[in-house]
Parts: sequence; structure tokens; C-alpha cells
Amino acid sequence: MAKDSRLILDPLADNNPITIQVLGICSALAITAELEASIVMSISVLFVLGVGNVVISLMRNIIPSKIRIIVQLIVVATLVIIVDLVLKAFAYELSKTLSVFVGLIITNCIIMGRFEAFALGNGPWRSFLDGIGNALGYGIILIIVGFFRELLGSGTLLGFPVLGDPIEKTGLYALGYENNGFMLLSPMALIVVGIIIWVQRTKNKALIED
Amino acid sequence: MAINTEKNSYTVIFAIGMVVIVGALLAYLASTLRPTITENERLEKQQNILYAMGINNNEGSSAVFVSTEVAPEEFQKNITEQLVLTVDTNGELLKTQSREEYVEEFKKEPYLIDIKKQKSAFKSGESRQLPLFVGSIEGKKVYVAPIYGKGLWDAIWGYVAMDENMVVQGAYFDHKGETPGLGANIKQRFFMDDFYGEHLLSEAGVFKGITVAKGNADPKNEDKTDNEVDAIAGATITGDGVTAMIKSDLKLYVPYFKSLKKQ
Repeated sequence: MAKDSRLILDPLADNNPITIQVLGICSALAITAELEASIVMSISVLFVLGVGNVVISLMRNIIPSKIRIIVQLIVVATLVIIVDLVLKAFAYELSKTLSVFVGLIITNCIIMGRFEAFALGNGPWRSFLDGIGNALGYGIILIIVGFFRELLGSGTLLGFPVLGDPIEKTGLYALGYENNGFMLLSPMALIVVGIIIWVQRTKNKALIED
Repeated sequence: MAINTEKNSYTVIFAIGMVVIVGALLAYLASTLRPTITENERLEKQQNILYAMGINNNEGSSAVFVSTEVAPEEFQKNITEQLVLTVDTNGELLKTQSREEYVEEFKKEPYLIDIKKQKSAFKSGESRQLPLFVGSIEGKKVYVAPIYGKGLWDAIWGYVAMDENMVVQGAYFDHKGETPGLGANIKQRFFMDDFYGEHLLSEAGVFKGITVAKGNADPKNEDKTDNEVDAIAGATITGDGVTAMIKSDLKLYVPYFKSLKKQ
């Protein structure tokens, strides 16, 4: 179905959760100082949003509308805690890497936003696609921001020095290049996201609001 | 099936049902997985202590522990003595117990002493038990001490290996929830390795600790007697937390190291 594929493709660009809906900004600022952390966070959100959307969609006809937000919150918190416990028991090393992300996932507004805006009104399969699409759209921005912040802030990518050694003054550093420490701080993530929004809206004028 | 989900009675019943189901599910999972998780944590403590002593599988620039399969065996082999020092609130050394004496009195292995509990009890005026693990690397005696403190968001802790002059022979740091890419980097090798060879005492023998210092003009960390290591950019508060836990916790071990000298 052509319509189903839009559920995945739309959030990647023209309906991106970060640059268009301006959701999930807090985690986009907090954890994008390194590319690796951005990737880990993207995968975690992909999992939680995909599964969470299906669960909420299956429950959509029995959730009382008065307490739906609390129910959504319980579902996402339960999911995350279950995953955390299982990882702690059977993949301890991995769980240590992920533990700092747990709090950020539960409070990620994209997750609550998709439950509320989509999963409550659509079937499980379409909700699953919507969850995957939005998580990918979120992940793309996180990875772009993480790429530039790590490259310009630390001169590394995924921990590998790509611009030379800043202390031994090799590679680019031999020419007088310096890492920009400001890139490591959260405000620069906001500025990078701002630049992405600018580029995106310049290319597609239909996205500009009055 | 048409349920009237607007009714108050339905809302209340749904809420109760949901809480019971979710509560039962989580409680069941937590209690069944508890033994496995505790075992993982126990092995991790052994791995941490061994790491600080320099027994690890480090490859390239990443820190790698010895595997969990060999950790208990390596721990047995390399830790020759486990001591528990008891100090009062003035930092006076009250007694030194061997592992056997400690296990007899408290029915617990010294490496499982909860440093967090000890630290808060110490603040409220009780004496504090300080575990110390003695081993040897290449014939040289090393003393590994656990430390505990707080970073920007949550707890940070670590293990510091020293020789009898309180010169650092290795360090391991970990954290519960520091910012990925910034404070979380205290457990990266580039930071931990800087501590190797640093002096905790000044030349006059006064305890100074090690300060995680910004702009200390020694980024290659060649000066080992300046009581400073280079800080991580963007992680000031976490770095200050490391400085503080080294100062407050390792200071308590000074009387023991002084007593070693007198013998």
C-alpha cells in the first residue's frame, strides 16, 4: 500500500519529529556530544516506540479517555523497566551502556506524542510503521547532530581520531587547527538543529509557516 | 463489544486493574531476576578491583575487563590480603581486621561492603569501615581502595590502586548516569590512564589528593607530582566530583599508610 509507506517516509523529512514537530529536543541536546551515544539512543527509541505504539494501539478501545495520558506513561515506563531488568540479568555490559538512556527514553516527548496522536486512533500494523518512521526521523537528526558535534568538538568520530592528534600536533592540528570546545556544550546542539531546520525549509518552502 | 469508556466506574476499575497487573508483572520479574543481577554485580566488583590493579584485557584505547568466567579465579590469585580498616570521625585508625576476622564478625566479604552506606553513616557520626585489597603486580605490593561520591546527575564511584607511598598504580571510575560523551567519559581510558603514577601526597608527605584540573598547562600529564590531572572538556561538575571523592575517601587511608612506614 502506498499509504503505508508514507508512514515511514514522511517523518524522515517533511514531517520530522525534531525539525518540524519540535519534539524530543531535550534528548537531542543532551546526548549528541558523541556519535556513538546518538546511535545507541536512536536504536533504543526505535525499539520502545515501535513496541509501545503497538501496545497502545491494541489497547486503544479499552483505555478510558480521562486517564489516557497516565496509561500511556505507565506503558512506556513498564516497557523500559522490563528491558532494563532483562538486560541487567543477561547482558550486563550492554545494560551498563544503556542505563543512562533509560530516563531519557521514558521522558521523551516523541514517544508520548506518537501514542497520543497516532496509536490511539489507528490499528497495530499502521501504528508500528508510524513508530518506526518517527524513530528513524528522530534518529537521523540525532546522528547528524552527533556527527558534527563530535567531529568539530573532539576531532574524532565514534572515538577514532580523524583529524590527527591535538596534543602531538599531527594532521590538521599541525596547520594550527583547534577543536572547538563549545561544540561539546548543549547550546551548540540547538544551533546545529537550527541550521538543519533552516536548510530544510529553504529547500522546501511549503514547510514555512506564516 | 461496546464498552462505555467514559463512565467513572469504568475508569476506576481500569486504573486499579492496570496498576495490579503492571505491579505484579514488574515485581515478579524483579524478584526472579534478582539472583542473576546480584551475581553480575558481585563479579563486576571483582573485575573493577582487578582492573584498577592493572589486570585487564585492554585493547587499543578501550577499557576491557577480564572476562566474568576468570574473574573469581584471578581475584583469588592476585589479591593476597583483604583488610578492613575502621576509622572514627576524626580519621583516627581504630583497628585493622583481616578478611577472616571481618567475615566472622559481620558475615560478609570485605569487597561487598556498601561504600555508600558507610559514607552516610560516617557523616552522621559513626565510625567507618574501609576495605583495602592488597595484591602484588610484578613483585610490587599494591593497595586497592574503593571510593564513592557524586557527579552531576547521580552517583560516581571507583577503585584506586596505590603503592605504599600512595603513588597511584591504576584507577577505575564508573558512574550511574553522567552525560554520555561528557561526564560519562570518566570511565574511558584516556581519563583513567592519566592517574597512573600521580602522587596523592605532597613532597612533604601531606595528603593533597588529585585534582581534576582545567587548563593545568600539562595536558600530556608529564608532571606526576603536581597532584593534578587534565580535566575533560564539558564535564566540570563530574570532574569536581572525582576530585572530591578522591580527597574525602582516600584521605581516611592515610593513617594506615603512615603506620606501614613505621614498621
